[in-house]
Parts: sequence; C-alpha cells; structure tokens
Amino acid sequence: MAKKINSPLEKKSAGLRPVTKKNLVTLGIVTVFYVLFQTLSSLGVLKNAYQSLLVPICYSVIMAVSLNLVVGVLGELSIGHAGFMCVGAYCGAFFSVVTKNSFEIGWLRFLIAMIIGAVAAAIAGFLIGIPVLRLKGDYLAIVTLAFGEIIKSVVNVLYIGRDDAGFHIAMDSAKVGLQEGGVMILNGPQGITGTPRNSNFTVGFILVMLTLIIVTNLMDSRTGRAVMSLRDNRIAAESIGVNVTKYKLTAFVISAAIAGVAGVLYAHNLNALTANTNNFGYNMSIMILVYVVLGGLGSIRGSVIAAALLYSLPEIFRGVGQYRMLLYAIVLIVMMIVNNGAFFVQYKEKLKHRIRGGRKEAA
Amino acid sequence: MKFLSQLISGISLGSIYALIALGYTMVYGIAKMLNFAHGDVIMVGAFVVYTACVKGGMNPVLGVLLAIVFCTVLGVCIERLAYKPLRQAASLAVLITAIGVSYLLQNLALLIFKSDTKQFSSVVMIKPVTVAGLTVSGEIIATIIVSVVIMVALTLFVNKTKPGKAMRAVSEDKGAAQLMGINVNGIISLTFAIGSALAAIAGALMCSTYPALSPYTGAMPGIKAFVAAVFGGIGSIPGAMVGGVLLGVIENLSKGYISSQLSDAIVFAVLILVLLIKPTGIMGKKMTEKV
Amino acid sequence: MKVKQILALVLALVMCFALASCGEKKPTDTPSDTPDVTEDAPQGDVSFEKEGVIKLGGIGPITGDLAQYGVAVQLGAELAVAEINAAGGINGYEVAFKMEDDTGAADIAVNAYNALKDWGMQTLVGTVTSTPCVAVSAEAVNDNMLLLTPSGSSIDAISAGDTCFRVCFSDDNQGIVAADYIADKGLATKVGVIFNSSDSYSTGIKDNLVAEAAKKGLEIVATEAFTNDNATDFSAQLNNVKDAGAELVFLSMYYTPASLLLKQAKDMGYAPIFFGPDGMDGILGMENFDTSLAEGLRYLTPFLENATDDATVKFVESFKAKYPDRASYLNQFAADAYDAIYALKAAYELADVTPETSVSDAGNLLKDALTKVSVDGVTGTAMVWSADGEPQKQPRVAIINNGVVEAA
Repeated sequence: MAKKINSPLEKKSAGLRPVTKKNLVTLGIVTVFYVLFQTLSSLGVLKNAYQSLLVPICYSVIMAVSLNLVVGVLGELSIGHAGFMCVGAYCGAFFSVVTKNSFEIGWLRFLIAMIIGAVAAAIAGFLIGIPVLRLKGDYLAIVTLAFGEIIKSVVNVLYIGRDDAGFHIAMDSAKVGLQEGGVMILNGPQGITGTPRNSNFTVGFILVMLTLIIVTNLMDSRTGRAVMSLRDNRIAAESIGVNVTKYKLTAFVISAAIAGVAGVLYAHNLNALTANTNNFGYNMSIMILVYVVLGGLGSIRGSVIAAALLYSLPEIFRGVGQYRMLLYAIVLIVMMIVNNGAFFVQYKEKLKHRIRGGRKEAA
Repeated sequence: MKFLSQLISGISLGSIYALIALGYTMVYGIAKMLNFAHGDVIMVGAFVVYTACVKGGMNPVLGVLLAIVFCTVLGVCIERLAYKPLRQAASLAVLITAIGVSYLLQNLALLIFKSDTKQFSSVVMIKPVTVAGLTVSGEIIATIIVSVVIMVALTLFVNKTKPGKAMRAVSEDKGAAQLMGINVNGIISLTFAIGSALAAIAGALMCSTYPALSPYTGAMPGIKAFVAAVFGGIGSIPGAMVGGVLLGVIENLSKGYISSQLSDAIVFAVLILVLLIKPTGIMGKKMTEKV
Repeated sequence: MKVKQILALVLALVMCFALASCGEKKPTDTPSDTPDVTEDAPQGDVSFEKEGVIKLGGIGPITGDLAQYGVAVQLGAELAVAEINAAGGINGYEVAFKMEDDTGAADIAVNAYNALKDWGMQTLVGTVTSTPCVAVSAEAVNDNMLLLTPSGSSIDAISAGDTCFRVCFSDDNQGIVAADYIADKGLATKVGVIFNSSDSYSTGIKDNLVAEAAKKGLEIVATEAFTNDNATDFSAQLNNVKDAGAELVFLSMYYTPASLLLKQAKDMGYAPIFFGPDGMDGILGMENFDTSLAEGLRYLTPFLENATDDATVKFVESFKAKYPDRASYLNQFAADAYDAIYALKAAYELADVTPETSVSDAGNLLKDALTKVSVDGVTGTAMVWSADGEPQKQPRVAIINNGVVEAA
C-alpha cells in the first residue's frame, strides 16, 4: 500500500531535493489517512470506538512532533512537555467558555482560542526556557519535569469566577466571593466544565498538517540547521558564531506553542477539563517521550506513526479485558528492543543490504 | 515545638526518599541509565514481604531476606532481558524500555494481587521513642539507621573493594574497562543486583512507615526519589542521602507553613533554584566538557 | 525504512492479538472480560422467555490507582446481573453487563463509551468517578442514552441533560448533611478539614461542608490539602489541624489515604473525632487492616454491611458466596452498583423496554420510568428519583465501634 502512495509523488517530485521529497511523502501519508478515515466515517462503517480515537490521535501526533523538535532536533531531553499542553488547554478553554454565549461564530471563536492557547504556551515556554536551557542532560530533564508539575499544581488551586462585577480570582474556593448569579469558570481541581465541543477530525487534520509543515520547514531552514549544529556539537557550533541561547530558545518556544495548540484541541474535544498526572502531568510527558523515541529521534514521520499507533494500542487491546495494559507494556518493551537492540540492528542491516543488492541486480 | 515536630516528620519522610534514592543513584552512577522501574521493584519487594509475613506468617526478618533475594534475582533478570540488548543503543532507548518494564511490573502485580489496597504490617520491632513530648516512631529510627548504614557501606564498597573499583572503571569508560580485563556485563549485572536488593529493603521499610500497599505504591516515591537523587547530585552516594532528606524536609515545612496545596510546586521551585545555582546538584561532580 | 519496520511489526502484533482475542470469544459477547470472576452468562438450565439480550454497559477504572473502586462497582453490578438472569431476566430477556476500563481519565472514558456503543449498549451504568462522568454524560445526552452512575457524585456529573441519573449522594448533599450532623449533635465547634485537592470529589464535599458550617455556626479552624502525588505523608497537615485546636477533623477523601492518615495520627498521639464522607466506606474491608486505627471513625454511608434488613443481608451473603476471596470489595461502591442494576430493572419493567428499543427511545422511556419507580435497595429503602437525576435518600451516619460499623 505504501508503494502506491509513493509512486505518483515520486514522479512529481523527481526534481525536488531529497529532504523536500521526504517531507512531502509524510504529508501525503497523513492526507491519505485523513481521506480514508473521513470517508469511512461519513459512510458510517467506522466503528464508534475508532471514530473517537481520531481527534486524540491528532493531538498525540502534534505533541509528539513538537517534542521531537526539542528532543530530536535540539537534542535536549524534556520531560515536562505536557505542561505546555496544559497551559494551552486551560487558556483556550477559558476563553471559549467565557465567550460561549456572546460569540456567535463558532469557528472564529475556536480559531481565536487556538491563537490564545498557542501564545500563552509560547510565553510559558519562553519564561521557562531561559533558566532551563542553561542546564544540561538529566539536570535539564528534571527541571522541565519540575516546571511541568508546577504548572499542574498551580492550575489545580486556581479558582476563577465571573459575575456582574467582573472576574474574581482566588486560590481558595471560599474566597472567590461571587455575587448572586455568578458562575465559576475555573473551579480548582474540578477544572473547566462545559467547553464547547469544537474539535473534530478535520480540524485535527489541518492542525497536524500545519504542524508538520512548520516543523519540517524549520528543520530545513537556516535556523533549523543552526539548532541541529547545537545538538551535534555545541562547542564547535558556538565557536563558529552560532548564538546558542537564541537558537535553543527559538526551538523551545516554537515547540511550546505547538504543544499549546494541541492542548486547545484536547480541551475542545471533551466536556470536562481537569489537570491530573495522566493528562497533563509527568505520565503524559513521559508518554509523549515514548512516542518520540520509538518513532526515532529527529524523524518527524516516525513520530507521527509512533504516536498514532501507540495511542490506539490500548484501545485496540480492549478485547483482552484486564490484560490490555499488560500487553501494552510487553509490546512497548519488545518494540524498543527490536528497534534498537544490537542483535536486531545487525540483522536489519543485513536484510537491508540484501534487499538493496537484490534490487540492483534486478535493475 | 510545632516547628520541631514538622521538622522530624520531614526528616522521616526524607529518610524514605533517601533510601530509595540510594538505589537510583547507584544504578545511574555505574550503568548511566535512569532506571524508571526502580520504584516498581520496591513495590514488588513490599509485596513479597507482605505475602511471606502476613499471608504466610513468616518471621519479618526472614521475610525481608526473602524479598532481598527475590528482588535481586528479578533485578538481574530485568537487566539481562530488557536492558542488556540495548547496551549499545542511545541512552534514551533504555530509558523508554525502563518505562515499559515499570508498566509491566505494575500490571503484573495488578493481576496477581488485585487492585485493592492492603495494609502492611510493620517489619520493624523497635519501640517508639518519646523525647520532650515528641514521639519518633520505630520505623523512622530504623529507616534512618538503615539509610546511613547503606550509605556508608556503599561508599566503602565502591571505593575500597575490587568489584567496587571495577564499577568505577566501568562508570568512567566502558571500553577501556573492558580492555583492562574487567567483565563489564558482569559488573553491570552486579550493580543491578545491589540496586534491586536495596529496593527490597526500601520497600519493606517504606511500607512499614506508610502501610498502604497497592500495585501503584512504588510509582510516586520512585519519581520523588529520582528528584532527590538529582537534587543531591545524581551518581553521588552521599548526595542521594542529602538530597532525599532535604526533599522531605522542604516538602513537610512547605506543607506546614506555606500551603499544603502548593507543596509540590514549592518543592520543585526549590529544586529549580538549587540546580540553577549549582547545575549538577548539591554534591554532584562538575562536568567538564571535551571538544 | 525503520519506520516501515515498526509499522509492520506493530500491525502484525495487533493482528495476532486481535485474532487471539476474537478466537477466545463466543459469538455472543460474554458480559465479563474478567476471567477470575465467574461468568455471568446464564447457566444451561436457565431459559429466557424471549430471544434477545438487554445490554448494559459500565465504565470505570479497572487499572490504575483508582482501580479498587472501579472493580468494586464491577463486582456489584455483575452480581446483580447474575441474580436477575437466574430469576428469568428483565421483561423475559437475558441481561448482559460489560465493564470497560477508563483508568479514571476523562478522555479514555469517552473512548470506552464508544467501544461500548459498538458492542450494542442500550443503557450506561457509569462512570464510577466524577470527572470522567462529566465527559461521558455529555456524550450520553448527545445520544439520548440513559446514564445511571453508581458513584459519580460531583454536581456536574449528571448536569449535562435529563437522561443522567445517579445512585449515590451528591457532593453538596454530603457536605451539608455532615455539617448539619456535626452541629446538631454538638459533636464539636472547632472543625479541621483535610482534603485531596487534586480530586473533584474531595474538593466538592469540602466546599459544601465549609459553606454549610458557616451557616450552622461551626468554626473551621484549619483547611489542609494534599494531592495525589503527595498522598503518603499527612503529618504536616495533622500537625496543623492539631495546632489549630480542631476537636473534629473532617477527612474529605477516599479510604486508602485515610487509612494512612489515621495511622499517622495514632503515631502522633492525636485523637480528635474523625468524620468522613461515603468514600470512607470500605476502610474496614482493607486486607490486613488494623481496625483499632479506625475506632470511633464516623462517616456518611448509604450502606451498612451488618444492617439487618432483608435486602442488605441477601446482598452481603450472595456477594461473599460469589466472590469468596474478594471480600475487600464489599463496600458502598459495590452496593451502589448493585442498586443501580436493580433500579434499571424496575425502570425497564415499568417502561417495557426491550432489546429492540433504540437507544434514544429507551432513553426517553427510561428517564420517565426512573422518576416513577420506587426501589428498595441496599443503599436505601423506597429510593425515588427526581427529574434532575438526584436520588431522594438521606445519608446515614455510621460509626466504627469495636472494629464493626454500626449506625450512629
């Protein structure tokens, strides 16, 4: 199947550079999947269970690609990425809930929510990036984890209500002091309820495509090459005049903004938005890291495929009842070993060699 | 008075973190990998003690010994099956595999022991001590003593003995160590064996102090201990001890005096500050970068 | 190249498992996925008057750190379904119950809901926890499916539409009843509260308790929180409430953290009156629990294990007979689920809903029927529902005396 998709593109892009060709193939794969599932779903043959996975897959893919920009392209281990998703989700949902009754045009409100989410996450990324990026390796990782957890904790103690006198913000529900008829919008750990359900597969698909275009173009630009030079050898890059702070921060902020958009998509796909360890805490951050590492560091297409597959896997395993998470763990370990283990890597090289050799002979 | 009692409960919480962090830092220092499954080995150790002592009526000391043996074997098996094939791969690949192992242990425990929380019976037989109106429980005294003993023993082991020297050599440069005739795989297995044995002891003591045992008992302390290990300078054995105790004290004091809702945020903020001032943790070695 | 290989590998694995799981299944889906629970499929000697199966779905945490509550609901519901099937089913049709895992997360709960829809679920008994219930109830209202949650207690859990009902008390109900009880019985005037601030159940009850306490003239001397990530050491919180001079400490949390908290209070030598919401029920059932820790603990509960009314005696006996090694799950979660199934049976019979009735029609019929039935269950006698989905029953206060729960 993959070949059929590739061939027309290959012809068309015969004159293009290999990098561009590779990116177009990735976009092509995503488009084909979108068309396929959209058709199936409009024909009504797609099971509900799979239909409800489509939007989550989209935000997982966006998160994976955006984290790959930090981990794979910039080469810094971040395990607090879900924090940016959290910022985006809460800011976007807050805006949507506040303007739900006053803003008539749904798609425009959603678009503004997206922009607000992205900008808020970018600001958070900038503020966090300045101290974080001075550190290295595991120390940097733990500081990103720390920031992610701080964001989650703070969101859980915020209470924001609105009444005729305007907004009231407090750290304790008893101190919000709403007048009669006032509404709580952000209710501490109970989060934001009643976000309009604007997310759908088409929006998710457009956002995935945008993310892919932004990230692949960035990687292929002057900035991207500077960022990658920092990953490969920071000292050498610095010595030829690459501004370390500027480029690190650029990659970090763009990645945060994209994660914010994923958060907005997440928030508008559910009626209930709360922040806990599994959706915006380190468990989620680690899960996204799993997507990125499994898909291959720096490989955008790999992130897309790994995120889509791994998100769906526990749902596909529903048939085995209580064994599903166990199976998931086993599959995860086996995939890591098969993909990276010395024995299998050698075997793959041999296989690759044989296939290549065979092709040449045939040609 | 209140301050003292808050401080003491902080130290007791911290000594648990320290005990777990010792195992973390040991494995990290030698094998250079973050063993995210360490917290879950602790949970397994606690379940072995629970099954042996509470269900099987075994003597607590024997139960803990059994748990140490079981966890050691388990740790070596995990290392051989899941981590060894990835010795040449990027360190992130091993990290992800460790996460997989962590899920695996949790879900196996869930199937075997079911989801309900069990109350653990203390394995510590020391009586609580009361000084000037402040009570310190026997578990805390035991945890502090055990942590210090382990810290000293590990430091001596790594610095004075032959296998310890081999460990340091492997930690410095695997390739060179191999050329010097050191069995690198054997040394790494030994490291995991020690780390897992420590996890079993930590499990028994942690569940004696905080007697709720479920398949997810080890996950959160595992993360906290990781933070403690980094706090103190990951790879440094005394650092793990200092980091663990400090983490517990800061956590409890912020709960007691600032905000119990924001204590996590405060702990992490302090951690960030420390790392910004001293980027390799309190007792970590300074990294020199080679071109 | 690499990516294609992953893809191929994963697809192959997925197919293997999918095939394996299909192979295990009989053509008609069995109601339970849990092999260690006896199958609810009818025995050979039970025959049903009519062809067809009424499919009830359940959603709750079966894995993850909330799993004990989800499994209790699953066991309670499966027990009721087995009893109903043994007695000839509902309206002459066999009943099937299928529980799907949501790990306690809202997004996974929506996936579980859709998986159950594919299975053919007509009515949802769920979800177990509040936040997923908020998300799933929006979906259920969209489909006009009847949703009866056994234990989703937050206000928003059933506020999405008129097809959402619950069996347990609501958070505001519990907070108010607790404050009234404390004030009316003169238990204490200075109250300290410890609650889980990362959990909407605990926070909801705490908020309502604090508000009602002010009206009743109780003084809240300290409000201390903890989070899920911090649910092992409570000594700082206990020190604070002790210092503030609380005579009574309200523990707005589930029983697992409470068991740790009570141990630490004992170690500190601090012994105020402890009071808790219905999530405290089950604390005595914890395996190997030292009951002396909970001595004197009072809590609100709809269900008393050693009550002597017929319904409770029968439920407790058959629960222990069906799950001999799982007595630790016999608590109000299981009882609420058990009642939920029987309430649905009453509504199904009143409205004469059959397996052929569409989900939406069933929703319309059942939502009317549920407001008209009166159910004598284990969590309350003559339970009736109002159109907003709330059950009309008063929480009872239980106290632990000599290691046994009794009505206070």
